[in-house]
Amino acid sequence: MIEAIDIHKTFGDREVMHGISATFETGKTNLIIGKSGSGKTVLLKSLVGLYQPESGDILFDGRSTINLSHKRSLALRREIGMLFQGSALFDSLTVEENVRFPLDMFTNMTLQERKNQAIACLERVNMPKESYKLFPSEISGGMQKRAAIARAIALRPKYLFCDEPNSGLDPLTSSVIDNLIHEITKEYNITTIINTHDMNSVINIGEHIIFINSGNKEWDGTRETILQADIPAMKEFLEPYRLRFE
Amino acid sequence: MFKSFFFHLGRYFVFLGQMFRRPEKWRILGKRILVEIDKLGVDSFGIVTIISLFVGAVITIQTATNLDNPFIPKYTVGTAARESILLEFSSTIVCLILAGKVGSNISSEIGTMRITEQIDALEIMGVNSVGYLVTPKVIAMLISVPILVAYSMCIGIFGGWMAGDYTGLCPSDDYIHGIHYAFKPYYVVYSLVKSLTFAFTISTIASYWGYYVKGGALEVGRASTKTVVVSSIVILIFNLLITQIWLN
Ligand SMILES: Nc1ncnc2c1ncn2[C@@H]1O[C@H](COP(=O)(O)OP(=O)(O)OP(=O)(O)O)[C@@H](O)[C@H]1O
Ligand SMILES: [Mg+2]
Repeated sequence: MIEAIDIHKTFGDREVMHGISATFETGKTNLIIGKSGSGKTVLLKSLVGLYQPESGDILFDGRSTINLSHKRSLALRREIGMLFQGSALFDSLTVEENVRFPLDMFTNMTLQERKNQAIACLERVNMPKESYKLFPSEISGGMQKRAAIARAIALRPKYLFCDEPNSGLDPLTSSVIDNLIHEITKEYNITTIINTHDMNSVINIGEHIIFINSGNKEWDGTRETILQADIPAMKEFLEPYRLRFE
Repeated sequence: MFKSFFFHLGRYFVFLGQMFRRPEKWRILGKRILVEIDKLGVDSFGIVTIISLFVGAVITIQTATNLDNPFIPKYTVGTAARESILLEFSSTIVCLILAGKVGSNISSEIGTMRITEQIDALEIMGVNSVGYLVTPKVIAMLISVPILVAYSMCIGIFGGWMAGDYTGLCPSDDYIHGIHYAFKPYYVVYSLVKSLTFAFTISTIASYWGYYVKGGALEVGRASTKTVVVSSIVILIFNLLITQIWLN
């Protein structure tokens, strides 16, 4: 379980996060929704520790992650997997080397063991075999997302963060990626947090949803209750989908 | 202006500090250094050869035409060409060219990794991104640049010899006598020490600008430009300082 308590984040003299508190449960796909520029990426990067919030606290299974010593924060980061908005695969490494990278860096397994584990992860995300030796620039966006998921789960993380896993993908591939993340969450009992503005994901895998609007959390609930929400910004956000929902 | 100068200076030193953290795995660091030596050093031999050959030739021809006096022995041409090449050309000018070639390469590579979130990905895994990306480049440059500079000295002097002999301005025997005449080995040491300073300057300044890129492709281009401008200026300043301190 990850808890955010009253997070404030400022860039320069502009506060973009005005005290957000939320709880994200283990074994569930937790969604952060909101329109573009509402602060989803900033919240996610604050949770993983890429941004330091000015005030507030973040607890990973009860352990505070604010002001950790360098050593302890490195240890914590090995329990985290993250999927970036643009995949962020290393472009000088092949797909297989990308997935093997965290294993090379942090485990004492033999080369053969690392290779096997990387291939197991690639198989888990249904990457076609022919692509293992290709470079990220040589495969499609959907394949890059799969490879990035494989890399994120290579070290069997306890926490998985996904920033807009569907951006730039067609609706079919999007739902395949969504389902993949959902299955992996269940399979390894991970605390998964996903940023999205894709309502299909909400319907598909939104077990727990928080709605962010201009740096404030305005709503918290499940996909079953989302239509009853009585918040102006959220009604506006949901309007285009309302028909399909009902 | 001053505020931004001190901001960058301070951040640059903090950045350097991160280079000296213990690497995750020594073996991986070693491998990365070899890759970078190949990419930054070995790949620069071509341009260094061409430039050294031509400049060596031009220096010799110019010196010879300017020393057109029967009382000055012909071998002086070889001596003068040697001094110009050893003292200034092969260290400073070659490093200025490397600041353009290697510097912009480093800063655009790291800058692209920044804007495509590859650096964030490293950080999230718990990898020290500066140690992983920058340290191997700096070490590779510290190894390659002195070798390139020494090589440039040989090629430059060789170019001068060819030009002098071919044009008849300085016959082979005179030139060879000239380059041996009053040779001070510590000029070579001086030049190589300068080149080490420049290698460090180029690689760290380029990495610094690349690492802190914000935005998109436009800013990556801007960072490359800044790298070349700033590192060239710093090279010229260090050149003056080292020369002043050492040769006086
Ligand atoms: N590094 C930064 N420096 C300054 N301001 C920033 C920075 N990152 C984000 N912001 C600002 O914070 C606000 C929230 O941005 P954020 O990237 O979190 O939006 P988002 O909800 O992820 O949008 P999108 O759906 O388009 O990705 C924006 O107004 C943005 O301008
Ligand atoms: Mg975003």
